[in-house]
Amino acid sequence: MEIGLTHFLTLSAVLFGIGLFGALTKRHAIAILMCIEIMLNAVNISMVAFSRWVAPVDLTGQVFAIFIIVVAAAEAAVGLAIVMSIYRARQSVEVDKADLLKG
Amino acid sequence: MGVTIAFWLLAIMCIISALAVVLGRNIFRAALLLALLFFSVAGLYIILNADFLAAVQVLIYVGAVAILVLLAIMLTRDVTAGGALNKFRLPALIFSLLLVMALVYSVLSTPWQISPQAPLETTTAALGEKLFGEGGFILPVEVAAVLLLASALGAIVLVKEKDGKWKSG
Amino acid sequence: MPWNWFDRPLPADWPGGYWWHLLVFAVFIVGLTLTMVMIFIYLERRGVARFQIRPGPNRCGPFGIMQPMADAIKVLFKEDIVPDKADGVLHWLAPVVAFFPALLILAVVPFHNGAALVDLDIGILYVIAVSSISTLGVVMAGWSSNNKYSLIAAIRAIAQTVSYELPMVLSIIGVIVLTGSLSLNDIVARQSVPFIFFQPLGFLIFLIGLMAEMNRSPFDLMEAESEIVAGFHTEYSSMKQALFYLAEYAHAFGGAAIISTLFLGGWKGPILPPLVWLLLKTVLVFAIMFWARATLPRVRIDQFMGFLWKGLLPLALINLFFTAAEVLVWPDGLPLALIPINFVAAGFLIVVWSGLIKFGGGRVAVQ
Repeated sequence: MEIGLTHFLTLSAVLFGIGLFGALTKRHAIAILMCIEIMLNAVNISMVAFSRWVAPVDLTGQVFAIFIIVVAAAEAAVGLAIVMSIYRARQSVEVDKADLLKG
Repeated sequence: MGVTIAFWLLAIMCIISALAVVLGRNIFRAALLLALLFFSVAGLYIILNADFLAAVQVLIYVGAVAILVLLAIMLTRDVTAGGALNKFRLPALIFSLLLVMALVYSVLSTPWQISPQAPLETTTAALGEKLFGEGGFILPVEVAAVLLLASALGAIVLVKEKDGKWKSG
Repeated sequence: MPWNWFDRPLPADWPGGYWWHLLVFAVFIVGLTLTMVMIFIYLERRGVARFQIRPGPNRCGPFGIMQPMADAIKVLFKEDIVPDKADGVLHWLAPVVAFFPALLILAVVPFHNGAALVDLDIGILYVIAVSSISTLGVVMAGWSSNNKYSLIAAIRAIAQTVSYELPMVLSIIGVIVLTGSLSLNDIVARQSVPFIFFQPLGFLIFLIGLMAEMNRSPFDLMEAESEIVAGFHTEYSSMKQALFYLAEYAHAFGGAAIISTLFLGGWKGPILPPLVWLLLKTVLVFAIMFWARATLPRVRIDQFMGFLWKGLLPLALINLFFTAAEVLVWPDGLPLALIPINFVAAGFLIVVWSGLIKFGGGRVAVQ
């Protein structure tokens, strides 16, 4: 069977689901960040697939993917910095223990 | 034929490494498998005729994001806690499965308007035209530059020592 | 040519077909790399010995040229030791991950007009992307060894990567602005005058970035013997240690080939065949590197990061700005009269900038 748009969109959906499950259930803060990166990559796959089959000359999907990559890089830097400062304050990276407001 | 084999190989690599990232116990290995996932996504981009984006994917995700994640793991040293799941695992599993099923159903039932045009062989020049040319995305590019600067400064402020002095060495 | 090489048609001019070309060229690249690694090791050991006024290895074969062979045979027969608490799989995989990017770089280097394994349209971006993978190998080695010195080396490797990558990429953009193409074949084809004359500052920044990337002394902070034993390969022995050694020199060869292609005119040159010219320029660049190794003391990690972030990054930005301005004024090719102006401007900038900044937080001695 010829590889088409639906193949890539299905793969993207499955990867997004895996990433979402991880982001909802993980306790380790860095693991949550990693799962969010999986979700962003899944979205990127669908963007580039749309660009390939729906607008192959216009490339709008690829431009969107570039912006998603930029935002993901910024998110990773700030997110990891937050994890580092939580670790310094609480000596732990488990998000369940970062409950300072609970007292 | 080559494309079909490459797609299935890369897709299986993607899904297996994503599952290993979510379910694995050792978080350092999970981060390395995340780098493998990024790498196979770059392979998918090559199949999709997005050569520039594939190189950017390897450069930024494998060369920067995965490396930063590894740095954070090495600095926090909480490796064994990587596999622990919280008490929402069953509802999260059901929700994720329902979402995937809804997405796949909508993907398969939508009549996509496939363009008859052949894709560009080389995308770099066309992408540059699109980003920086007339009527392109120059405003978002500048906003993205400000965002990157802000996030770099924010990250520095967040990890700075509280007494205002840099930790030396 | 279609980039999608899975479904690439066979070119008519190649007798054995496209896949035959890939096979022959891949074998050629691997063989060339291994030979050049041997030559580099010999040249460096003899050269550094001359700098230090001692004869160097001269027993094995005439002038000691068989010494690299002897070293290789010796190291292969050693016992392979893996630490007790090491992460076995990662420990085994790390040298492989560190070595392969060095070979992959050479896939796009043109040895003659159009004679590369693949002439990628995104050539130089591919080189940067692939060479950034080798850091992963170092990090894997440092972590999986279960040794505190290795771990420190891995953390240093990451700090070093984020420091050198920005100025290095910015100095390449100067060349890309001059040529208007990312393909290495086009970059060589447009160099009627080697770009080092139009980009002296860019060449220096790229050379320093390259030395940091290949962790050559004076920037070999992740294997600094005086501080952290042998760094990331403290716990490595035998074949795997040899693979790390091979990776370092193969990376040096790949990096020197890239810098010759970008700034020194690649395969271009009179009389001699193109491949010989490329190899001569490569050896010249490598000679500069081991000259620096023999002459300069190792920098400290904070000095290194201060130097790259505060020294080279602004200089690379200024260089890029001036190159863009020059191309804007002379869009049809830069006049040769710019060459002395470029050199004077580069020298002036270096002198002024080195006076303005203080490295390592302004501390000179360790308290």
